[in-house]
Amino acid sequence: MQGLKQSIITSLWFMFLTFPIMVVRVNTIENTVEWRWMNLAYVGVGIFILSFVWRWALARKEAKQYETETTDKPKKQLWLSRAMEEPAVAKPALAAIFALSVAMPFLVSTYQTNIFISFLLYVILGLGLNIIVGVAGLLFLGHAAFYAIGAYSYALLNHYFGIGFWVALPLGGILACLGGILLAFPVLRLRGDYLAIVTLGFGEIIRLVLENWSDLTGGPSGISNIDRPGLFGMELSVADANVYIYYIVLALAIITMIAVQRLKNSRIGRALQALREDEIACQAMGIDRVNVKVMAFGLGTAWAGFAGVIFAAKTTFINPASFTFMESAIILSIVVLGGMGSNLGVILGSAFLVLMPEYLRAFSEYRMILFAAAMVLMMVFRPQGLIAPKGRKYHVDDPDLIKEGDA
Amino acid sequence: MSTVLNVKALSKSFGGLRALNDVDLQVNSGEIAALIGPNGAGKTTFFNCITGIYEPTDGDVFFTPLGATECRVNGMKPNSVTELGMARTFQNIRLFKNMTVLENVMVARHCRTKAGILDALLRPPHVKREEKENIEKSYELLKYIGLNKHYNDLACNLPYGDQRRLEIARAMATEPSLLLLDEPAAGMNPQETASLKELVLDIRDKFNLAILLIEHDMSMVMSLSERIYVMEYGCLISQGTPEEVSKDPQVIKAYLGEESHA
Ligand SMILES: Nc1ncnc2c1ncn2[C@@H]1O[C@H](COP(=O)(O)OP(=O)(O)O)[C@@H](O)[C@H]1O
Ligand SMILES: [Mg+2]
Repeated sequence: MQGLKQSIITSLWFMFLTFPIMVVRVNTIENTVEWRWMNLAYVGVGIFILSFVWRWALARKEAKQYETETTDKPKKQLWLSRAMEEPAVAKPALAAIFALSVAMPFLVSTYQTNIFISFLLYVILGLGLNIIVGVAGLLFLGHAAFYAIGAYSYALLNHYFGIGFWVALPLGGILACLGGILLAFPVLRLRGDYLAIVTLGFGEIIRLVLENWSDLTGGPSGISNIDRPGLFGMELSVADANVYIYYIVLALAIITMIAVQRLKNSRIGRALQALREDEIACQAMGIDRVNVKVMAFGLGTAWAGFAGVIFAAKTTFINPASFTFMESAIILSIVVLGGMGSNLGVILGSAFLVLMPEYLRAFSEYRMILFAAAMVLMMVFRPQGLIAPKGRKYHVDDPDLIKEGDA
Repeated sequence: MSTVLNVKALSKSFGGLRALNDVDLQVNSGEIAALIGPNGAGKTTFFNCITGIYEPTDGDVFFTPLGATECRVNGMKPNSVTELGMARTFQNIRLFKNMTVLENVMVARHCRTKAGILDALLRPPHVKREEKENIEKSYELLKYIGLNKHYNDLACNLPYGDQRRLEIARAMATEPSLLLLDEPAAGMNPQETASLKELVLDIRDKFNLAILLIEHDMSMVMSLSERIYVMEYGCLISQGTPEEVSKDPQVIKAYLGEESHA
């Protein structure tokens, strides 16, 4: 009853708010005012129903929370992450996905291949940022700057010295990594919002330097005619070069996934997680805070450098407009949406934020609205992200434990 | 009997507030000592000063790890102090909540293991061995503390009493020569407190450690400790054996007196 009343008030309020834009229309040709009363009814009924659904979902969520708090049951995982824990499911699934991604360029058009290249680039960027934000818990808003460092390293080296892709690839990664380490020192003492603001500022500084140092970087018009990666000196057609780049990105994405996974489950990775959980306890357990923070930045930004080099090689043209704050925000959204610290989450997040908009071109007018709505819904109903962090499970052989379990 | 911890005229000011004032304190090897005093007396601040979390305003902290020479630790970073062999727990539990119970203990072995970034990426045999050994040793400790059943659970899902015990396991994993416990029995029920008492005694005997304990539970303090230091308003007001301290009129007035009225 209470809910009914609230829903009616909400829908009346929305009808009032949207009245000027939804109902009144001035016909400038005939100089008359049209009153579209049907629209008012649509808004009213629509909001009424939405408000009901919203309240039902919230109530369900609270009931669930109450249940887990009182019954001590472990939090429910998304079915996908549970399935991935079963080796019988995970292995064939991974093999199938791998086979599919290898065959991809021959199954789809060049246009589609291009979309998948950018999807994989975002996966790499997301995995890198995940080390900083998800694993080490440092809110970092300047990832696009390191993407730019990678891209411009290759573009400039290629433009001025004719250095090829395969030499530039490691160099771009190393330069971005060094940039990350340099940035780490001044922000050592900062946490949370303050760190976010400084890294955001750093990102903008890099972009502005690229934009204004016209003699070197070509300013806003950027650098064009960057060489595509060479394949033993063969000249590749544009379509073939695209396929070739697809395989390079795929390989790098797989390498990144394995590397990040290994890092996360190593001595260093655990130290990073400890830093995220509690900085003081982390130090008290013998972990050097400075070391670990510098490592987090360097390890995270290096991947952005690699991705940047590939991006430059793919588009053969770069300018500062590709590395705005919007880019950092999208990469951060990928990490947050997917679930902080989870690699599978990053892939899902990129799929959601990069692939979906491409395939839902029909809705492109409402893209930003859908994007925002998705984020708000996430924050309310699944703040831990699609894949919730749950800690690495180890297996210890202990006969006593099994006996106790049987008894 | 040698001194493990030797604190001389330690002072700490927060702006105008003198939280520690000329505190002298010794802990001998193999000894359980207790630091007591009303809330706000500066006990936690004392721990923070000797473990490097705060830098003392004045005074010296000398620490002698087992089988090593004495060194002055004030001004050192907390992780270096831990590496030397001083481990602590926290009054307000500071576990790594979103990591598993086993991971919590494994993290604490950070300064006793060596694997770097390249080792993590390439996983050569000696690193795999180190990792395996780390898991085994951490698991052994959990078994010793009695938390091995929960080793794959998230730390935040443990009951409160077990979280306190996990903090002790985590501190033990750093292989300390001196263990600092900040109100380990706070919030525990009587059974848990009793088993904690056993545990503290057993740890001392088994690992041959010195233990310095902050505690409000008087029965626990009186039965466990060989020596008691009493603080009030940042100053040491009494010290000695449990009998001596419990008879000291100043202590009765400042601390035990409150209890007898209550
Ligand atoms: N970081 C700090 N900044 C300012 N004052 C502090 C800080 N830490 C502790 N204090 C003050 O120092 C005094 C001693 O606190 P504490 O050591 O926590 O007492 P205890 O552990 O004996 O209950 C208190 O008055 C407290 O407010
Ligand atoms: Mg205290």
